[in-house]
This record gives sequence, structure tokens and C-alpha cells, in this order.
Amino acid sequence: MRHIISLLMENEAGALSRVAGLFSARGYNIESLNVAPTEDPTMSRMTIVTSGSDEVIEQINKQLNKLVDVVSVMDLNDGDHIERELMLVKVHAMGEAREELKRIADIFRGRIIDVSDKTYTIELTGSGSKLDSFLQAIDHSLILETVRTGASGIGRGDRILKL
Amino acid sequence: MELTGAEITIRCLQEEGVEYVFGYPGGAVLFIYDELFKQEQVKHVLVRHEQAAVHAADGYARSTDKVGVALVTSGPGVTNAVTGIATAYMDSIPMVVISGQVPTSYIGEDAFQEVDTVGITRPCVKHNFLVKDVRDIASTMKKAFYLAKSGRPGPVLVDIPKDVSQQKAEYSYPATVNIRSYNPQTHGDIGQIKRAAQLLLEAKRPMVYAGGGVVLSDASKQLTELVRLLGVPCTNTLMGLGGYPADDKQFVGMLGMHGTYEANLGMQNCDVLLAVGARFDDRVIGNVGHFNSVPRKIIHIDIDPASISKRVKVDVPIVGDVAHVLADLLSVLNSSKQKPDAAALKDWWKQIEEWRSAKSLAYKNSSEVIKPQYVIEQLHKLTHGDAFVTSDVGQHQMWAAQYYKFNHPRRWINSGGLGTMGFGLPAAMGVQLAHPGATVACVTGEGSIQMNIQELSTCKQYKLPIKIIALNNRYLGMVRQWQEFFHGNRYSHSYMDALPDFVKLAEAYGHAGILVEKPSDVEGALKEAFARKDELVFLDFRTDMTENVYPMVPGGKGLSEVILAEDL
Repeated sequence: MRHIISLLMENEAGALSRVAGLFSARGYNIESLNVAPTEDPTMSRMTIVTSGSDEVIEQINKQLNKLVDVVSVMDLNDGDHIERELMLVKVHAMGEAREELKRIADIFRGRIIDVSDKTYTIELTGSGSKLDSFLQAIDHSLILETVRTGASGIGRGDRILKL
Repeated sequence: MELTGAEITIRCLQEEGVEYVFGYPGGAVLFIYDELFKQEQVKHVLVRHEQAAVHAADGYARSTDKVGVALVTSGPGVTNAVTGIATAYMDSIPMVVISGQVPTSYIGEDAFQEVDTVGITRPCVKHNFLVKDVRDIASTMKKAFYLAKSGRPGPVLVDIPKDVSQQKAEYSYPATVNIRSYNPQTHGDIGQIKRAAQLLLEAKRPMVYAGGGVVLSDASKQLTELVRLLGVPCTNTLMGLGGYPADDKQFVGMLGMHGTYEANLGMQNCDVLLAVGARFDDRVIGNVGHFNSVPRKIIHIDIDPASISKRVKVDVPIVGDVAHVLADLLSVLNSSKQKPDAAALKDWWKQIEEWRSAKSLAYKNSSEVIKPQYVIEQLHKLTHGDAFVTSDVGQHQMWAAQYYKFNHPRRWINSGGLGTMGFGLPAAMGVQLAHPGATVACVTGEGSIQMNIQELSTCKQYKLPIKIIALNNRYLGMVRQWQEFFHGNRYSHSYMDALPDFVKLAEAYGHAGILVEKPSDVEGALKEAFARKDELVFLDFRTDMTENVYPMVPGGKGLSEVILAEDL
């Protein structure tokens, strides 16, 4: 099953490689992984989307917790959570397609953030499946480039992961 | 007071009460070696290869409850040390390895003797550090020792670039250490401990399975008390030998691939299993599916939550230091009105004794050719079961584990997890330095001993009177055994041709050597060797070339699918 794991880790050189190394050494899947500093400059937040049986997910959580640089770990799937991903899509936008792409982008609440004679660059946020749906909704041959961040997630309501 | 990074490093070792540093100098650690030279408190032992430095520090740590320390230079110094570090990591041995690194301004430029030390060692250390600022050395060293020793112990590496060891900073050694992301749990959950006690009291066929965690936690006393209180059979893993006295009637021997019949069948058929500081690894329980095919309740005590329910689903997990948890479990049991089910235990013991009567460790001795088992039995007899015994890896290791009955913890020193050939002799050096007056025997094979044979020179320099018990069957015996069983007797590259004359080799290094070819000479040769208290003696026993280790649970098979000697 797919799980989204959020963790806080020390903002130390090499911390990312410890996490990435753990996944490759133990043969765990990484669907996506993103990392950035938090409001506390000594810590980074990492969000990992992975998949596996319940036993494997339990081991992933435990092994992550065991890393000395990892401050805390939360499996967002253990409760209600919100998940968002950002995608930038550059599409070939000429002739009839130009209007059609604008319309579909509007339907998906996307924004056109860069325009040229021949192209649009569309910014879209949402769950991974929403982004997938958008890509399916437009003519595949028009896609020039897609850039996705991978999922970020946060617990609903009072559910927080802090030090 | 301002000190150089090198001075600070040595001061930190002094603060930690480090007695010995095992190492090998080189360009990147010259400033640190310079400071070692200027003081006498921390003694340096010059090995002949960095792998041996780490194994020696490892042997020192295993035979004491202290942190072993090794010091190596950058590049090849580190890569040579990696096998030793991985060995310590697999067996959870507390250790601090200090490595030199090229100057910070050269890092990443493929400088002479540069490797990405932190990257190379990352998967085989508990944690590692690259110290880029001289002001961080003291706090890093403090953290390194704390991490190495606390929680589930393990090796910690501190990489110090040459320029950092030369720069100056104010020095004060931190009194305390606080790592916000690291808080190992020492005391077990009392609710779970009560559940465990209840299960054990209600059990019809209980079994205790104790591993290296008992030794590392110095919990032998508590374990012994618990096993006797419950009246249950107890088995030890290869790493746990000595954690429960082998002479005790409740001890059913080692379990696992080469474990006794009674230990393996007890493990397979028990209804409540108490696992203490052990991790159900493949050499211990064999095929997981086969093991799980029999229902039983499992209680698992371990300091590392990740070891629990990793390979086998556990009913009562208890995270904590084994010694603390066992003490709590004992007090719960002692205050309980309920007693173990005596009638059920009687039946259970009857079954165990029936398995025991198979005498799975019996072997046919010979007057023609030296049986390796016989050598270990004689070694045990002559040293009254009281020696420190190190081993390498292979058949000799299994025979030593089976036939040398360890009654005390920290006496059996071997590479259980990684299975590192070449471990035995350097580990014995660390043990002998930690216990100067003690009897230290290194049980080895003609294959393994050659993997770190150069350490005979170190033994000479530091006058280490280790007794090397080489079971020389001219084969990489365990490889040969597997080839016989599973590869149609095709002995692919397992015959050790062109062996050196070990007696002459020992003599060339300034030691004594004795060649033993007849069974009737075994006892006399051992006596002679142990009588030479101040000398290293290399005993070259020419043993039966084709003897196999029994019992054997073949790889991938279940614990009851065992091959006994009599089956063949």
C-alpha cells in the first residue's frame, strides 16, 4: 500500500544521503522524496512517498527513527491528512489547442505562468491523481515537458509533527 | 586554553579514559600521531594492517564493557578499516574510529589518499561525522563515545581533515551530551512486562532464546536467575554463548544452523518463546515460513525497536535494555502468586531430554587422524573452560562454539554477523591487552589465519602470549562441506594448496610453533603451549581433511529439517 511519510531531520550535511541510503540498502521503494528547510533553520522537513506491505512500512518507520539525524517521523496514513503536489507543464500551444489548453487549465484550477508564441507553461497543484488526470485530459502529443515536486503532506486539524 | 585539533583529539581520548588506541599512521593523521607521541596516558598499539586495528579494538571492546578505539589515516587507511567497522556494526560492538582526511580545501578534488570516508562507511556505522571546524572536535568526540556505547551499541566514525587537526581552538570537554534526535529507551513498558510474565507462567512448553544482547547488556546474572526461576530450557545464539552457563542442566546448547538437536527442536516446538537480545536472523531460525508454520507466542526483549517484528511477528514486544527489562520481569514474577505449570514443564523436559538423547554433538574419535572436535575438547579441558577464545570464520568457529563450553560472558569472541575471516588473531590481541594475565586462545583455520597473519609481528612487538590453535585441514572447510552437500562434491577452489610451513612462519616472526599430526600428541602439545606463558605459540594441528560440522540445518530449511551426523 502507498504511504506518505513525513519526517523532521537535522539540517546537517549528509542527512539526505543517510535517508536515501537506507532506502536503497534495505530495498525499500521511493516513489517521491522532497526535502526543504523548515521555519527552524536547524531542521529540514522531508516527505517520502513509498509503498509496501504493513510489515515493510513498519520497518521503514522504525529504521528511519533509528537514524541519528532523524528527529521525528510520522506516517501520515495513520490519520487524516492533506496531500499536495506541484506540477509545471510546458505544452505546445498553437492554433485551436491554445484555447482548449487554457480552458482545461481553468477547469483544473491551473494557472498559466509563462507564455510564448508557441507554448504555455501551466502551474497546477493538487493530489497526485489530480495532476495525473490533467495530463490525461490534454492531448499527450502537446506535452513538451513536465516537472513534478512529489507529494508534500500535512496532518489535518491538530495533528502536527514538531520537535 | 587554545589547543590544536590534534591535541584536542588526544585530550578527548584521555577524558574518556581510553587505555589503548589501535592504529596505523599516515599523512592525514600526522598531527594526531605527533600528539600521541607527547603523552603517555593513551597507549598506542601499532598494527600491521588497518583491518587488524579495528578488529583489535573490537576484541578489546567485546572482552570488556569499554569502547574500543581505532585510529587510521585517510584513503586506503579507511578502506582497509571498513571490513573491521562492518564486523563491529553487525555485532553491535561499541567502538570509535578516528580517521584522518585530506585538508578541507582539498575535499572533493580527488586529492592524494582521499576517499569519501563518511559516504563509504555510512551503511556500516551507527553514525559518523566529518569535522570541518576545529571548534567542533570536542563536542563531536563526546557525542561519538556516547552514541557508540548507549542504546544498541555500534561503531561511530569521526573523520578529521588534516588542517582541522592543525588549527587551534579553545578546549573544554563537554560534561554532558544531548542529542535531541537520539533518545534510546532503556526501561521496558511495565504493562508489556506483566503480559510477558503471565504468558510465561501459563506456558506449557516455554523456551528462552538469548543472544548477544545479553552479553552486551551484562545481563547474564538476570538471565540465569530468570531461567532458573521459571525452570525452562535456555538456548544461546552464537553471539550469546556464555550469556547463560553452558554447564547448567537447563542449557540446551547453541541453536541455529549448527545448533544442537534439542535447542532447534525446542525452539520450533515451544508454545511460548522468550527472545532476549536476539534478532531471529537467518542462521538462527532458518526458513521463516517453516518457523512460522507452528503457532507459538513470542515475547521479544530488545533495545532496538527495529529488531522487533523484523523477520518474525512478535506478540509481546518489549523495547529496553535487556538487563533492566529482565530485572523488572524478575520482580513481577517474584511478586506473583502464580507459579509455573510444574506438570506441563515435566512433560516438556521429558521431550527435551528425548531430543537431547540423540546426542547430536557426538562424533567418532580416531587414533589415526586428529579430529577437530577433539582438539577443542582438549582445549576446554586444559583451560578449565575459563580462557578467552577468539575465532575466525568457518568450521573451526562452529566447533569452538559447540565444544568449548562457555560458562561466562565476554569469553567467546567471534564475528557472528558479518562472518569475517581474519578476525581471530587481531581480536585476540585486543583481548590480551585488555586482560594481560589471562589465557587467550585463537581458534582458527589455515585459511582464516592467512587473512591477517601479518599481525604475528604486532604480537611480537607487544609481547602478546596468544595461543593460536590452527585446525589445519588443508581445505576451506566450510566451503568444502557445502560443496560436498550441495554442489556434487565439486571442490571448486576450496583446497588450500601451497600452504606455508606455519611452524617456520611463527619462528620467522620470533614466536614458537608446534606441528601436531597425531591424536596422541594433541594433549601434550596443548600442555606445552600453555606452559609457555610468556610466549605466543602457533599450534598447527593437521586435522581430518573431510570432517563436517554437524548437526546442520541447510540454508533455507527449517529448524527441524536437520542433518545429523548419523544420517550420513
